[in-house]
Amino acid sequence: MILLWFIVILLAGGVAAWVAARWSATAARVISLVAVLLNLVLGVWLWARSRTAGGAWIEELDVPWVPQFGIHFHLAVDGLGLLLLLLTFFLGVLSVLASWSEITERVGFFHWNLMWILAGITSVFVAMDLFLFYFAWELMLVPMYFLIAIWGHENRTYAALKFFLFTQISGLLMLIAILGVYFLHYAQTGVYTFQYEQLLGTAMPPGMGALLMLGFFIAFAVKMPVFPFHTWLPDAHTEAPTAGSVILAGLMLKTGAYGLIRFVVPLFPEAANRFAPAAMLLGVVGILYGAILAFGQTDLKRLVAYTSVSHLGFVLLGIFAWNELALQGAVVTIICHGVSTGGLFVLVGALQERIHTREMARMGGLWETVPRLSGTAMVLALASLGLPGLGDFVGEFLVMLGTWEANRWMAVFAALGVLGATFYALRFVQRGFHGPNVHGWRLRDLRVREAAVVGSMIVVLLWLGLYPRPVLDTFAPASERLRQTAPIYVRR
Amino acid sequence: MTAIDFIALLPIIVVAATSIAVMIGVAVRRSHAASALTTMVGLAAAFLSLLPAAAAAPRQVTPLLTIDSYALFFMGLLIASSFVVAALMWPYLARQTGEQDEMYILLLVAALGAVVLAAASHFAAFFLGLELLSVPLYAMVAYRHTRREAVEAGLKYLILAGAASAFLLFGIALVYARLGTLSFDRMAQTLVGFTAGEFGILGPALALIAVGAGFKLAVAPFHMWTPDVYQGAPAPVTGFIATVSKGAVFAVVMRFLYATGASGFEAASVVVSVLAIASMVAGNLLALLQTNLKRLLAYSSIAHLGYALVALQAGGEMGATAAAFYLTAYFVTILGAFGIVGALSGEEEPERIADYRGMFWRRPLAAGVLTAMLLSLGGIPLTAGFLAKFYAVAAGASATLWALILVLVITSGIGIFYYLRVVVAIYATDTMAPPLPAISTGSGVVLGVLTAALLFLGTFPGPMLDLIRATVRLRG
Repeated sequence: MILLWFIVILLAGGVAAWVAARWSATAARVISLVAVLLNLVLGVWLWARSRTAGGAWIEELDVPWVPQFGIHFHLAVDGLGLLLLLLTFFLGVLSVLASWSEITERVGFFHWNLMWILAGITSVFVAMDLFLFYFAWELMLVPMYFLIAIWGHENRTYAALKFFLFTQISGLLMLIAILGVYFLHYAQTGVYTFQYEQLLGTAMPPGMGALLMLGFFIAFAVKMPVFPFHTWLPDAHTEAPTAGSVILAGLMLKTGAYGLIRFVVPLFPEAANRFAPAAMLLGVVGILYGAILAFGQTDLKRLVAYTSVSHLGFVLLGIFAWNELALQGAVVTIICHGVSTGGLFVLVGALQERIHTREMARMGGLWETVPRLSGTAMVLALASLGLPGLGDFVGEFLVMLGTWEANRWMAVFAALGVLGATFYALRFVQRGFHGPNVHGWRLRDLRVREAAVVGSMIVVLLWLGLYPRPVLDTFAPASERLRQTAPIYVRR
Repeated sequence: MTAIDFIALLPIIVVAATSIAVMIGVAVRRSHAASALTTMVGLAAAFLSLLPAAAAAPRQVTPLLTIDSYALFFMGLLIASSFVVAALMWPYLARQTGEQDEMYILLLVAALGAVVLAAASHFAAFFLGLELLSVPLYAMVAYRHTRREAVEAGLKYLILAGAASAFLLFGIALVYARLGTLSFDRMAQTLVGFTAGEFGILGPALALIAVGAGFKLAVAPFHMWTPDVYQGAPAPVTGFIATVSKGAVFAVVMRFLYATGASGFEAASVVVSVLAIASMVAGNLLALLQTNLKRLLAYSSIAHLGYALVALQAGGEMGATAAAFYLTAYFVTILGAFGIVGALSGEEEPERIADYRGMFWRRPLAAGVLTAMLLSLGGIPLTAGFLAKFYAVAAGASATLWALILVLVITSGIGIFYYLRVVVAIYATDTMAPPLPAISTGSGVVLGVLTAALLFLGTFPGPMLDLIRATVRLRG
């Protein structure tokens, strides 16, 4: 039941915030904050309880929805889902706080959208019925579209449209693939079902299996985004308001990675196994390409956006290496990238609120006027470049270890990406905050609220960097089970 | 004809009687409210009379009409839609200058033609119903006759519909020449054992029928009239053409294809597939650059008939039910979309997309309804349009129509683009159009009900699916 509550609280919170905004904008903000905080508390409580839980799922809810088609309202969560839920609520709280002073117009509708996106993402992470999953997958889109199109920056309409079209069309491909699996399963067993666990063992004819796998893969690859499907990302991330960027980078991209782990490999073990070298190559290309492009950006938000392409390349690499270390690394990277990149977007957003530009050429020497902002930006940039002691390092290191086992050359080239990260991260800090304050900025430093947001992110990154055990322990049983579903996935 | 025959025919009889009642009422004393109320009460009574008719079904009443569960389902859909059109018409006409009462008579006669089509199992009934449906539409389209574009639309519809009827009639004649019967069931019996070489003029006959029916369904390449007529007609009438007129013809075509076994012929599959692909591609591409909302919806409705044809082409029980569900969802959505245009009309209709700029910030409820309708047309979850499209794709997949499905998916993707253009305008924050007239209470209630139906079908389709599966059963 608690899984349903997660979704209901967010949906209801969104509506309540919208209504409350008629009287007071602050009320809308407070309501949203309370709703997400409540979810975070419930999530942590579930996590604390989960260690004693036996069985496949930590928590489950299964009721028939459209029995005519074999569609169930089936929510379930294992270690993987739970970690991503915690990330969702954590970043959800922070994105409400980050938009506290940025969003001053149409506050109610903004928070409705924010809450509904979070509800969609939550549903994606807990849906164990493929139809419900697709439903949730699409549900994230519309409010995110509004978020970008209404509260975005200069080029918002274009960016929002591009985002919507990319994800919608790739989503339709996934729908075809879902139906393909559905009918294949029916042909083999005579049972119409969209249930994830029942579909798992469906035997795939080689050619068909490859096509269906690609249908899923493209949908997730666009979302993640995997090179060459990434072109919507820089636009969407750059034009979105801060909360939108945080959610896009921190959560929405992760739904793609989650889909690969949860669906692509387990449902199509053979096809995925054959496709793995190509996918890993795409991952490596993404790592290097993202890093190089990030280095070339002058718009601060675009720079951060391209780093996502690079980091998510590691995730893709880890997923398709599909061994214990690589998967652990992928999941830790998913979480840490969400936190560190989210933090960078919050800081860039805070900076833009103050100087009304994102151009690096208009910055420089900001350290002397906003030391707290600059210091935290440096810590997050260091996390992004993979400094040991901060979470991202753990994730990428594990991915490379696992990849080394699966495919040495991929690991070698991926390591070059870490080098690239050093360049762009240091350039970010150097051009933005070091040097003389040539433009003579006199700015207000981070407020308490902003400092609390970024501070909590740094604490989480430190924690994951120094003591990632709780996360790894939570993920371990899920990882074990996932790898059992794709046993033929062997080292090559 | 026995008493039970009359009971079976009750829905048709009630609609016909209502049209006469309104006519007499107008002759005695003109009153807009009385005409509208009589129409709505009559249609509601016709809808309720489906229950006794269902008790009498299935029943062949005269060789022309088959009152079976299939007919009753579509009758219900068509009567309910006509009711919605009448309910939207009332506040719409109240804001227009000119005569009002005649519209209701025409509407009822057209609805009568539609329900006849739903029950037609014979080419004579097919043709009768079609003409009964078409002739009132000429006048309905040109109702705002002081406007140039309305007269143009009416004339265009008259000439093209006349030509299409001629094609259809010629096709029917050729069928009769070859098979010696006009009844669908008898045709099926005669056709058993035909080999491909024996079809003879049946091929050209089928092509002629396809032209006639294709015109009514407004599928490409017989769609040229659609944007002009949709634009020129009063918004509720446009809604009527897009739903009742198309749906009735769709119902009879589907029955024809299944009942005669024609759906099993390769020629028929090719024709349906080509029409489906052409409609999906042409409708969506032509809609891309429209700046007029009514024209945009016209092209969108062409594309949607293409999607429905994919379901139809899938055949079997799943295809028929998917097509029926698609039509239901499409009816709700398109009535809502044109309903909003009508409800926001004063003397003039807000036709241009630009008229809707920033509407959300002034009339959030109306904008919400329009957004819901547009998202449903685009096939976004939570709305009926999503499940309908899902079901159509599922039906296609079950029949391994991968090419059609691929076209459906790609063109739906294109479709999203132009629906979003309208949504962008609705939520624009920079420039805003002058405020539109407020929505009257009556229209508001109707639109609210339509939106609720849209969301209900999109989230809890179970009851409707059960109803369709129980009723829409055809062999083939």
